[in-house]
Amino acid sequence: MSQPATLFDKVWDAHRVLDLPTGQTQIFVGLHLIHEVTSPQAFAMLRELGLPVRFPLRTFATVDHIIPTDSQIRPFSDEVAESMMSELERNCRDHGIQLFDTASGHQGIVHVIGPELGLTQPGMTIACGDSHTSTHGAFGAIAFGIGTSQVRDVLATQCLAMARPQLRRIEVTGKLGHGVYAKDVILGIIRRLGVNGGVGYAYEYAGPVIEAMTLEERMTVCNMSVEGGARCGYVNPDDATLDYLRGRLYAPEGEAFDRAAAWWRSMASDPGAEYADVVELPGGELGPSVTWGINPGQNLSVDERIPTPADVPDAERPGLAEALAYMDLRPGQPIAGTPVDVAFVGSCTNGRISDLREAARVAKTGNVHSRVRALVVPGSLAVAQQAEDEGLDEIFRAAGFQWREPGCSMCLAMNPDKLSGREVCASSSNRNFKGRQGSPSGRTLLMSPAMVAAAAIHGKVVDVREVL
Amino acid sequence: MGQEAIERISGRGCVLRGDDIDTDRIIPARFLKAITFDGLGEGAFLDDREAAKGNHALDDERFEGASILIVGGNFGCGSSREHAPQALMRFGFRAFIGASFGEIFAGNCTALGLPCVTLDGADLEALMESVELDPGQQIQIDLQEMTVTSRAGSVHAHIPPGTRIQLVEGTWDGTRALLDAGDAIEEAAGRLPYVAGF
Ligand code: SF4
Repeated sequence: MSQPATLFDKVWDAHRVLDLPTGQTQIFVGLHLIHEVTSPQAFAMLRELGLPVRFPLRTFATVDHIIPTDSQIRPFSDEVAESMMSELERNCRDHGIQLFDTASGHQGIVHVIGPELGLTQPGMTIACGDSHTSTHGAFGAIAFGIGTSQVRDVLATQCLAMARPQLRRIEVTGKLGHGVYAKDVILGIIRRLGVNGGVGYAYEYAGPVIEAMTLEERMTVCNMSVEGGARCGYVNPDDATLDYLRGRLYAPEGEAFDRAAAWWRSMASDPGAEYADVVELPGGELGPSVTWGINPGQNLSVDERIPTPADVPDAERPGLAEALAYMDLRPGQPIAGTPVDVAFVGSCTNGRISDLREAARVAKTGNVHSRVRALVVPGSLAVAQQAEDEGLDEIFRAAGFQWREPGCSMCLAMNPDKLSGREVCASSSNRNFKGRQGSPSGRTLLMSPAMVAAAAIHGKVVDVREVL
Repeated sequence: MGQEAIERISGRGCVLRGDDIDTDRIIPARFLKAITFDGLGEGAFLDDREAAKGNHALDDERFEGASILIVGGNFGCGSSREHAPQALMRFGFRAFIGASFGEIFAGNCTALGLPCVTLDGADLEALMESVELDPGQQIQIDLQEMTVTSRAGSVHAHIPPGTRIQLVEGTWDGTRALLDAGDAIEEAAGRLPYVAGF
């Protein structure tokens, strides 16, 4: 019998084209996803080189970052957004690449639609010019973000030159408490290991808490791997993975599905496989998390107090001071009770149907606070449709939330959805960086969708366990 | 399309202190609304610079004309936007020295021929202090010897071995090297059950 191997090893080896003289490996990319922001320059470089797209059927495109969420009728009122959209359309047409635009009925955030359409499958390598490509790891794929020059490389060769990372297994043990979600698990992991703890690593998420998660929850966890410094993170495929994939548009059908399922299962990590590092995190100790600073590692449970300089090692003091000054929060102050001006439910972290259901459950408990502007932005047209079929849009509207069209929206504010001035936003997205949500001095508090909805209703950070 | 070998980079340094400086800060998202990388230099650190009202390292007269940016830990974390190194390159930087770098950022830099080298903590601090005291001095990054030399001395620098070879051999512009694989690419694809169609 061969040595026990990890999923990472198996996928890496299956996709190795050759070893490069640099010591890196030339890896075949099984699925390439593109969007309007990071692809136009790559196509321009390709044209300059006079090269065709090598495997046009293995690249799929969507529009998500710049798309308006009030009206998606063309031409977009923002001329630059319109030009980016037309450029993507032209590039896809010229190279025979499938584009999921709004007319296709499949448009949405790239990391929401890949899984939804069954394009994302176990055992694949997946690349996209977007750091949250790590999301697709939820299916047992090795999925990572790339820059624009690498998008060009994939278009031209369907390959990337990669150095093999080390592998860390993160076991989340026990059981999550009431009101504690996948978002809280990944925020807890980043808090523990740091925002750069994963540099040079791929993360394998495992343990009872992860195994009990739905695929949508696993996506939330894998999505934010990159916020912990790990370019990719994955969960081994299991019955839940197969159940999710069955019947999806691009999933194999009938007997082919069974053959696929056998291969997918065979790619899972073997018992006894070796890891460079193993970390255990007790899931039962996690509470609903909220960030208080300017990176996702600066988070705590909603019932805790913001750290004081005495609570942190010397090296972290300047970072603490900078974060608190920017956020205008005081050390030692409870995070609960922090007033919010804006609430945003959406993004590739938490813009799927299960996220909207949880937020809607909370939305039923009251009306949006008079001071708060609250937006719900579904991750895709399919999510929007499903939510409308379930009447969730009605629940949100009745409570005073705006129900929008799908896109990235206020996650990075490349469309008209932005914070203004010093506004504080309770957000279900993934980055609380300075200026991330469109105002150079705007402030972001990351939390689960249920916590965002609770903050919208109460006009401040509250413990969702007391609301549900 | 450059395939120039990059063995040594010399120039003046600019010290930008602080850890976890993300790519949203290096180039705010509104500058990504374009279909080319032109003009990005003007957006480099724009919001941070405005917030600092002239007190940002990139506006510091002593560092004017610097071509080597000296940074702290986890520089360039966050978004995969290649616009970040593009903006810094267009601003005038040719190399980065730091405690550690976000992985995608470092990869993007390599694809543009911009080395990201790391130094051990004490060496980095000594370099920062030296450049702050004497910003006019020349700093040299030597990728053959793997050293960084300044008035603070000559210290050992680190870079992933594969990246070093790409830079010194001038194969950092990836497409050509990958195309060399020829039919091996189609052969690798053919071995994958999902490409073949299960
Ligand atoms: S939702 Fe946010 S993080 Fe996700 S792809 Fe869009 S902009 Fe990026």
